[in-house]
Parts: sequence; C-alpha cells; structure tokens
Amino acid sequence: MDNQLFTLINIAVMTVVMWITPLQFVPFMIWLERKGSAIIQDRIGPNRAEILGVRLFGMIHNFADVVKLLNKENITPSGSNKFYYWLAPFWSMTVSLLPLLIIPLAAPIMVGGHNIVFQAANFDVGILYVLSITSMGVFAVILAGWASNSKFSLLGGLRSSAQMISYELSMGLAIVGLLMVYQTTQVSAIVENQGALVTAWGHALPLPNWGIFLQPFGFILFLVASFAETNRNPFDLAEGESELVAGYHIEYSSVKFALFFMAEYSNMVVAAFVISTLFLGGYQVPYAPTEVLMAHPHGVLIALCVLVALKGGVLGYIFQVHGERQEGLKGVRKAEPFFFAYLGYGLALAAIVVLFLSFGWTLPDWAPGVMAAVLQLGALLAKVFFFCWLFVWVRWTLPRFRYDQLMRLGWKVMLPLALVNLLVTGLVLLTQK
Amino acid sequence: MIETVLFYILAAALIGFGLMVITRTNPIASAMAMVGAFAGLAGLYAMLNARFLSIIQILVYAGGIMVLVIFVIMLLNLEPEDLQRMRAKGFVVLLALIGVGAAIVSPMLFCVIPNKDWANGSVSPEFGSMASVGAKMFADHLFPFEILSLVLLTAVVGALVLAKRKL
Repeated sequence: MDNQLFTLINIAVMTVVMWITPLQFVPFMIWLERKGSAIIQDRIGPNRAEILGVRLFGMIHNFADVVKLLNKENITPSGSNKFYYWLAPFWSMTVSLLPLLIIPLAAPIMVGGHNIVFQAANFDVGILYVLSITSMGVFAVILAGWASNSKFSLLGGLRSSAQMISYELSMGLAIVGLLMVYQTTQVSAIVENQGALVTAWGHALPLPNWGIFLQPFGFILFLVASFAETNRNPFDLAEGESELVAGYHIEYSSVKFALFFMAEYSNMVVAAFVISTLFLGGYQVPYAPTEVLMAHPHGVLIALCVLVALKGGVLGYIFQVHGERQEGLKGVRKAEPFFFAYLGYGLALAAIVVLFLSFGWTLPDWAPGVMAAVLQLGALLAKVFFFCWLFVWVRWTLPRFRYDQLMRLGWKVMLPLALVNLLVTGLVLLTQK
Repeated sequence: MIETVLFYILAAALIGFGLMVITRTNPIASAMAMVGAFAGLAGLYAMLNARFLSIIQILVYAGGIMVLVIFVIMLLNLEPEDLQRMRAKGFVVLLALIGVGAAIVSPMLFCVIPNKDWANGSVSPEFGSMASVGAKMFADHLFPFEILSLVLLTAVVGALVLAKRKL
C-alpha cells in the first residue's frame, strides 16, 4: 500500500473515531451523573432497570431511556417556526461532535514503515478551530428559544446566549496566555511541549511542563469559562428549572429533546478532552515523554498490565462493597462485579501470556510504539474521566448563580483577571529572554 | 479534480445563501442564511490554504457578529405585518437591474486587468496564514488598526451613554 493512500485511510478512520467518541461517552456520563448525584446525596441511585436479571448498577437505565424517549409523542407547538424549530436540536448535536477532531489521542508511531497518527486534523490553528466551533453552538440555543414560540424558552435562549458570549471572551483570553507560553497554536505541538520538565530562568524544576503549572491562573479561568460554555451548574441559567421550567428546550419532546440532552453531555466530554489536552499534558504520561516510553517497552508492558489489573481490582472492590452494603446483591447480580470489573485481571494476565508465548523476551519491532500509544491513550482517558467526574461533582455541590451575579462575574471579575494574567505572563516571558 | 468540485459546491452555496439573505421576508431567516454564506466563504478561504482566515471568518463573523445581529432582531420584535409593509414593491426589478449591471461590468474587469493570471490563482502561499495576517495588522497597518479600535471604543461609550442615563 502506498503512503498517500495509507495516510488517507488513517485520517478517515481517525475522523470517524473522534466523531463518535463523544457519543460513546454520553451513556457513561448519564450513568455517572445519576450515580454521582446519588452518592453525594447519600442515596442508592437508579438500579431497577434490568435485562434478564442483569442490572450493571443502573447502566441498563440508558436502554430504558432510549426506549422511553423514542416512544414519546413528537410534538411541534403551534405558532412555532417549523424549519428552525427542527434545525436547532440537529445543529446542537452536530456542533458538539465536531471539536474533538483536533485532539491527539497518542503520539504518532511507525508501524511497518507507515507513519500512523492518532489525530484527525493537525492544523496549525487547531485551538482557534475549537473556539470557532463552540462559538457556533450559540445558534442552537438562540434558534430553539426563538422558534418554539414560548416566552420561557425565549428567555432561556437569550440568557444562555448572553452567557455564552460573555464567557467566550475570558475563555479565549485564557487560551492566549497558553499560546504565549508555548509559542504555537498547533495542538499536537502544544502536547509535545508538555512532555518536558518546567524550566524557569534556566533552572529545570521537577514538574512536568503542563499548562496547569505554567498558567495556573489561566487554567482556573478556562475551567470556569468552560462550565459556563457547557451550560452546567453553577451556570445553568439556560435551564433554571425554578424560574424557566426548562429554558430553551421546554417545548421539545421525544427525539428532539434527546438530541439536546445528548448534546449537553457530549459538550461536557469535549470540554474535558480540551482541558486535559491543553492544560494537563494531553496524552503525556507525567515524567515519561514519548521517547522514554519507546526506549523501555518492557517497562511500558508491565505498567500497562499493572494499571489494568489495578483498575479492575479497585472498580470491582468498589462495586462489590457498595453493592452488598446498599443493595444486597442476589442471584445473577452477584456475578456482576466480577464480570464487569475483575475482568481487568484476566485481560492483563492474558496479554502477558499471549505476548510471552508468541515472542518470548524479545518484543517485535512494532510493539514499543503500539504499547506506548496504548499507555498514552490510557493517560489521556484517565484525565478526561477525572474532568467528567469534576463536572458531575460541581453540579451536585454548588448552588446556581443569580443572573446579575453571573454577568458581574463574567465581565467585572473574569475578564479583568484574564487581562492581568496576560500582562503577567508577558512580563515573565520578557524576563526569561 | 476534487478541488474544482469543492470550489463549485462552496461557490454555489455562497451565492445561494447570499441570495437568501436579501430575499427572505423573515429577518431571522436572512441572518441564518448569512451564517451559511460565511461558512461557504470560510470554506473558500480554506481551499486557498488560508486556514487562519477561514477559522477567523467563522469565529468572528458567524460566531460573534451574527449572534449580536440576531439579538438585535429578536429584541426589535417585528410583527409579520410590519415586515410585509417594509418589503419593497420593485425589489425584484431592482435585483434584475443589478444582475444585468453586474453582467456588463464583470467582463470589463477582466479587460482592465489583462495581465492577471486568473486561472492559476494569484495569491501567495503565505496568504491568510497567522504570521502574514499578524504582520499586516501589527506591523504594516498598525496605525489604522489602532484607530479602528478607537472607533469601536467610541461606539461602546455612545451606547453606554444612550442606554444608561445615570451611571
């Protein structure tokens, strides 16, 4: 196969993968939100939906949700503008699936003379692409609010779009600080830079060169702004149940509501990916840049197996203890923790046995790259899962802002702070030259 | 081959959305058509390898300015009767006249600039990259750029004075 065709297929596959990744995360996020809120409020949480006695700790509820949403009556309110009323949910979903295209999942590797990249689009202006796509998301909210012909949805739409425009400014300025530090707008180059150690005035510090250490202030601003951009608590004034019933999607039912619902969660996943890529080193394993991983394939293999086994053990333990204490597992449900999480042990063991039986101690040429890529993918996903949990955690911990507080925070606190952050960053960079 | 097909698709989308901007009665529909036109223009920029320009086109015009335009339209709250009254009677005639005029003028453009190599593209590979736009804005035309920011500041102050009589 010639190289050009190979690259084309590689990019096409990565595009599809990055496009459906947020969709794959959505059921997990919904489950995490329900169980997380239950843990925070000291409840058991949903666990009743079952298929042949298998409940998977409430994960089967996602199937129940799909069946329910598809069977609801598909209402179009009278006096609504049909075309834009229908366009809004599709727009919302489309925009929330696009930004992940520029996120690298692992460092490029060489396999059999071909260069495999794990990034769908490697622009020189990648970060701006994320900003521009998320800025298009405002239209879904405005159109949904306006086309529904309801004052509650119009109020929700106007509030939400004003909020999104206000916080986009601080978000952009927080990113500018990051660009000044790394001197590039290409996402892959930023992630590569984050593999080294921090150097300040010629001294190497024992910290990875991550955005969170170079721009701690910018990180906080970006995190807060991304909560506002995704319309999550404490910034979920777009929905504001106590004031607006459900905000801009009050008149939507059935599949159209499902699209808005999924878009909200996939926006969260995208935000988690972007924050981990820009500020937490992306796919970089701390203190072990790509070259080190490539040079020590056996170490990487052992680390992978240990991590998989550890993950299986911890998850299995949590599920079993939680399940037995709170739910009293019976019948087929007794086997669920084993099947669901202890499986990790078996996978790790099987990987070692298969590799050892086929190759002995000398690993094949392709192995270091592939194993490094798997480990880096695991590192990125660990960071993403942390931020997914953070979104849930904050929602069920903090109360909602009032609208005037929201606007004051956005314009009178965050915008000046972002400008000061830029000034300080510039001054520090000048003294380092 | 692919480039030609893409160019004609994008150009057709751009012209179609552009026509929709001026023919729709509903101002929201016009504004949304304008967003589509910006997207088509961004695609054309991207085909010229001007990635920065194309992304800024979406980010600033479609994502920023058009949102504000839609805000204004929604706050004006125009009734359908008002819109019908505002629709000019001879609009179609005017459109036809403009079309004929453009058909006469555009060949003249080709005659005025005969040495231009229209077919093979006349932009440099640097066109629309972040570096070249930055150099134009902050080095070559720094003074007009700063003056423009003053103009915007004046508009903001004016809006504040009109909206908030007592601060």
